[in-house]
Amino acid sequence: MLCATFVQSKAMTWPLAGTFKPLSTPNPHRLPSTVARDDEHLLVAAAKRGDAQAFEELVNRYEAKIFRLTMNITRNREDAEDAMQDAFLKSYSHLKDFQEDSRFYTWLVRIAANEALMRLRKRRPNQFSLDEPVQGEDDLMPRELEDWGPSPEQRFAQTEMHEILSEVIDKLEPAFRVVFVLRDVEELSTEETSKVLGISVPAVKSRLLRARLKLRERLNRYFRQGGTN
Amino acid sequence: MNCKSVIREISDYIDGELDLAVKQEIERHLAHCEECKMVVDQTRMTVEIFCDSKPVELPGEVKSRLHEALRRKLQEKSN
Repeated sequence: MLCATFVQSKAMTWPLAGTFKPLSTPNPHRLPSTVARDDEHLLVAAAKRGDAQAFEELVNRYEAKIFRLTMNITRNREDAEDAMQDAFLKSYSHLKDFQEDSRFYTWLVRIAANEALMRLRKRRPNQFSLDEPVQGEDDLMPRELEDWGPSPEQRFAQTEMHEILSEVIDKLEPAFRVVFVLRDVEELSTEETSKVLGISVPAVKSRLLRARLKLRERLNRYFRQGGTN
Repeated sequence: MNCKSVIREISDYIDGELDLAVKQEIERHLAHCEECKMVVDQTRMTVEIFCDSKPVELPGEVKSRLHEALRRKLQEKSN
């Protein structure tokens, strides 16, 4: 009976059977990342030896992704640009300290995330705190539930999809947003995310769960079959 | 396992990070609860859509400023 308590009645009006992938086994979404190409370590080694071109190649390779990260965290273009620039400059200055026990890209993401967080805290000193405990579990139960069809994102043009994703992530509270961005967009592990943000692993998991559920609910307004925003 | 417990475990379930016993309990619930199955599927889709989203190209002026700052830094270091 509990099932009925978290959905609006619309859910029952949409066809349910055969719409989604079978769930016989959980399917971890994480696939091997294609971000770090095989020659990344060669470029890093060359840059460490003082090869400026090699470092520039690393910048060219990752600048768009790092800008997306800083933009996703700060949601302010000026701060995102400053954070990205400082991240690259700091990574260059501290390149000799990079131990190569992780991918260069992951190391860069950590630096960029910290730069972006610093700016977010400065701009919203009273609105952003990762230390605040998350509320009880009442907010977890989905309120809107309607059929999306098998590939809802394919119903939108790429630019339109970018706008939708940008809008829904923009509305997410910063404390949830930064966890989601690091875990699900940048694909850091839970432990890496916990280190970057200075919060516990259970806190990362709890915020990630809420972020995912909130984003699902917001995407529902765009993805429901036949629905409009 | 009831709906609330399933929702609480959704993240670990879709990441494949649950103990076998809990995973099986969830799957037993999903086999008869269409609403929870829909939440699980849509939450997984949400993660995949964001994970697969390509970054937009860096705006030209942002790229120029970044590379200019970088050139200054490289020059500074070589002097």
